[in-house]
Amino acid sequence: MSLTDGDMATIWLTLRLATTVTILLLIFATPIAWWLARTHSWFKGPVSAIVALPLVLPPTVLGFYLLLAMGPNGPIGQFTQALGLGTLPFTFWGLVVASMVYSLPFVVQPIQNAIEAMGNRPLEVAATLGAGPIDRFFTVVLPLAKPGFMTASILGFAHTVGEFGIVLMIGGSIPGETRVVSVQIYDHVEALEYAQAHALSGVMIIFSFTVLLLLYTFQRKRKAVGMTYGR
Amino acid sequence: MVDKIECGKGIQARFQLGYGQSANKHFELDVEIDIPGQGITAIFGGSGSGKTSLLRCIAGLEKNATGCLKVNGELWQDAAVFVATHKRSLGYVFQEASLFEHLTAMGNLRYAIKRSHQTTSPELLAQVVSVMGIEGILSQFPQQLSGGERQRVAIARALLCQPKLLLMDEPLASLDTPRKLEILPYLERLRSSFKIPILYVSHAVDEIVRLADHVVIMQQGKVLAQGGITELFSRADLPLGVSNEVGAILKCKIVQRDKQWHLMRVAFDGGELWLPNVENNQNNTQRIRVLASDVSLTLTPHSDSSILNVLSGQIAEIINDDDPAMSLVRLKVGDSYLLARLTQKSLQNLALTSGKDIWIQIKSAAIVR
Repeated sequence: MSLTDGDMATIWLTLRLATTVTILLLIFATPIAWWLARTHSWFKGPVSAIVALPLVLPPTVLGFYLLLAMGPNGPIGQFTQALGLGTLPFTFWGLVVASMVYSLPFVVQPIQNAIEAMGNRPLEVAATLGAGPIDRFFTVVLPLAKPGFMTASILGFAHTVGEFGIVLMIGGSIPGETRVVSVQIYDHVEALEYAQAHALSGVMIIFSFTVLLLLYTFQRKRKAVGMTYGR
Repeated sequence: MVDKIECGKGIQARFQLGYGQSANKHFELDVEIDIPGQGITAIFGGSGSGKTSLLRCIAGLEKNATGCLKVNGELWQDAAVFVATHKRSLGYVFQEASLFEHLTAMGNLRYAIKRSHQTTSPELLAQVVSVMGIEGILSQFPQQLSGGERQRVAIARALLCQPKLLLMDEPLASLDTPRKLEILPYLERLRSSFKIPILYVSHAVDEIVRLADHVVIMQQGKVLAQGGITELFSRADLPLGVSNEVGAILKCKIVQRDKQWHLMRVAFDGGELWLPNVENNQNNTQRIRVLASDVSLTLTPHSDSSILNVLSGQIAEIINDDDPAMSLVRLKVGDSYLLARLTQKSLQNLALTSGKDIWIQIKSAAIVR
């Protein structure tokens, strides 16, 4: 039971995808989480619901709409074509976009909880000490909400590694471009290559367990020094 | 008495803070204050009187507040201008200790030093640290500190902003009495060591009589009265604490110490009093407080009484107390005023009315500062 070069390629591709998605999501989700944590606007409910949709929808539904939107006639497709980038489906970056939508709630919610738990007071204190808005974000929000950002990164990364349905619909199975571990396992099983499927699945189980263990150990340690992130 | 404020000096603030819908003309806060640009001004009032809201408006933390604010000639807010909180030269001590949990005590101080508009000399840092008595705890994190220590670090941090105005929102309210007594001397040192005007929000009369030079009394979001502390505390018509806390404040000078009887003689505008001697006090000017319940009146001077302090004065005003059995009598003694809490029956028996000359017996008086 060993991994072939093809399997290794899928593992590297998966890690590259998950890393890209996590970094982009942290940049993209933080303002959303910030707004959701602090707004009293009427829009908070609807926006929260939209962010949480991927939690409940079958990946095929998201995949279907994303396929249409990113296709040659969809709004995203028209936009990317106008930029001279072609269309996104069945490319690595198409997969990145789809994964970002799919993993959004897993990144937004821990950050939102951490900012809510921090409350307004530390920001007011920083303002009275002469810190401007950007200064406050980097010197107060980031350190105090760090556990939330850590949890968000770990969950976003792990969830991207674990996705299957949306990858199949948006990415297909192009080696080195969109064939990630979960798709490779599916292909192995289809081809009745059970030994190969075992090897890759074993890697996934060990990876997932390690990640979750890390997450829970980290959260417990944080609680011990009085820096919990939300409920 | 507080000097008249010269134009352009001091703190002039007018604020309205709406509550609920803007169409509904109900204000949570609707105040206008004009206070000196030096010394400690106490903002006094019960819960929900708007003290904290006023302080937050001055700090620029209430974005919905309208009005105007000038601090020692500098415009911080009016209809067209709103200087953001981080650009106002102020220090703010919150009610509960508000240190950054991710920084040590020293880290918290550095946070302020780094962002202060002035440079901080090592001498100033050393002075602030020693006045607040936090030399030994600078390397510790807030979780490791007691409530009193945290509040002292928070005060030091606010001072190191080198603000033009220091705002303190009930800095002692979250502490128990021993901790309070631990911090009060530091606050007194604050007044004498740093020349920063301080706005001190409190509902505790004992803190105010010790610390304040000037008082703003608030009730239901409005200013009920403002003025010098001796002036306001000798008025009988203000809700200055519950009945057993009512008492006038006199400014006195020590004129004689009596070693044999452990007493000292102090003089005020209108007479002299004998008080228990306070030895370790170099300060020549004293502030003493005479509780209304410690003052009684007689129509003739008694020489056969155990009471040491007897003054002659005149009844200035008689006001009914909340308690139907009691009255509050305002007495004029020279240029000073005292308060006496008497039963309605005694008033009737002695036929006391405004303008009547009487003898005032003072059972005890306490030096508060």
